[in-house]
Amino acid sequence: MKILKQHPWAVGVGALFSIFMLGSPYIGFAPGEAIGRNFLSFLGQMFKVLPPIFILIGLFDVWVKTETVEKYLGHGSGPLSYLWAVLLAGTTVGGLHVALPIAHALYVKRAKLGIVLVFLSAAGICRVPMTLFEASFLGWRFTCIRFAISLPLVVFSSAVVGCWFDRRRYRLPDSVING
Amino acid sequence: MLILYIITVLLLGSSLLANPHKTGRALQVALQRFMKIAPAFLGMLVLVAVALYLVPDHLLVRVLARENKWIAVGSALGFGSVSIMPGFIAFPLCGILLDRGALYMVLSAFSTTLMMVGVVTFPLEKTYLGAWLALSRNAVSFIIAAVVMIATGFFFGELP
Repeated sequence: MKILKQHPWAVGVGALFSIFMLGSPYIGFAPGEAIGRNFLSFLGQMFKVLPPIFILIGLFDVWVKTETVEKYLGHGSGPLSYLWAVLLAGTTVGGLHVALPIAHALYVKRAKLGIVLVFLSAAGICRVPMTLFEASFLGWRFTCIRFAISLPLVVFSSAVVGCWFDRRRYRLPDSVING
Repeated sequence: MLILYIITVLLLGSSLLANPHKTGRALQVALQRFMKIAPAFLGMLVLVAVALYLVPDHLLVRVLARENKWIAVGSALGFGSVSIMPGFIAFPLCGILLDRGALYMVLSAFSTTLMMVGVVTFPLEKTYLGAWLALSRNAVSFIIAAVVMIATGFFFGELP
């Protein structure tokens, strides 16, 4: 009941979508069936990726000291911090939706906003397994050009946007960890 | 994916040996944060499921492998921004597009926006970053994707 009061819209839309998805096969509504299949296949993938990711985030939260993160990725840290963020992002899996909770966990441990942004965008463009996959389909020349152009731009723009928001004392919402 | 599980099990195991109490707390943190964000994740999945239905593969192939490069490039930027796709679907699709004669710059526009810009993931991103920062990140990423696209066009001799 509590959840119904807090998120009436989410519950309502969720209920409608469930009815739509489960009901479509009965009345033979083909688009509904296709959308339902898409949904279930993505849901399956999420259930494969998210549990280990969130367990790792939990371990990170408990074991890694805030001072450590702050020293290497926080406000006092130098340009090298962006390199760490890119390398860290290179090892992630999934995509933006997986990188978001990780980036937020870094922020909670006082990484600066520029780092959060570099991490998010870099997790999109330079994940190692994905890059190998891309090169095998589109060729190394394509992948190298994409890397050489996008990575410096991502680091530079993230640093600038991060500084801009930091200077205005922008805070990420903390509703995702408590409250 | 298997590596992710192996790493998680190894770290969880060593954490358990080192300090069972702390490990319990870690799992609690994991569950709490997961439950907090679960509604936003489900919402994203609904949007992705609908978006992928509205933009099926054969439509993408037809539009992105067109003769007119500006229409192809424009729609590549658009489709790529709206949707998100797992790499194991996106790159084979790019491979098919390449075989059908799509330009490299079109593939670059499509794959880069697919990876960096996300309209359907925006509600989730907003929950984590706040609306302003999420909007700025997506806008900047879109511009970067356009620059990468133009550079790819020059390198592969598709521009001017």
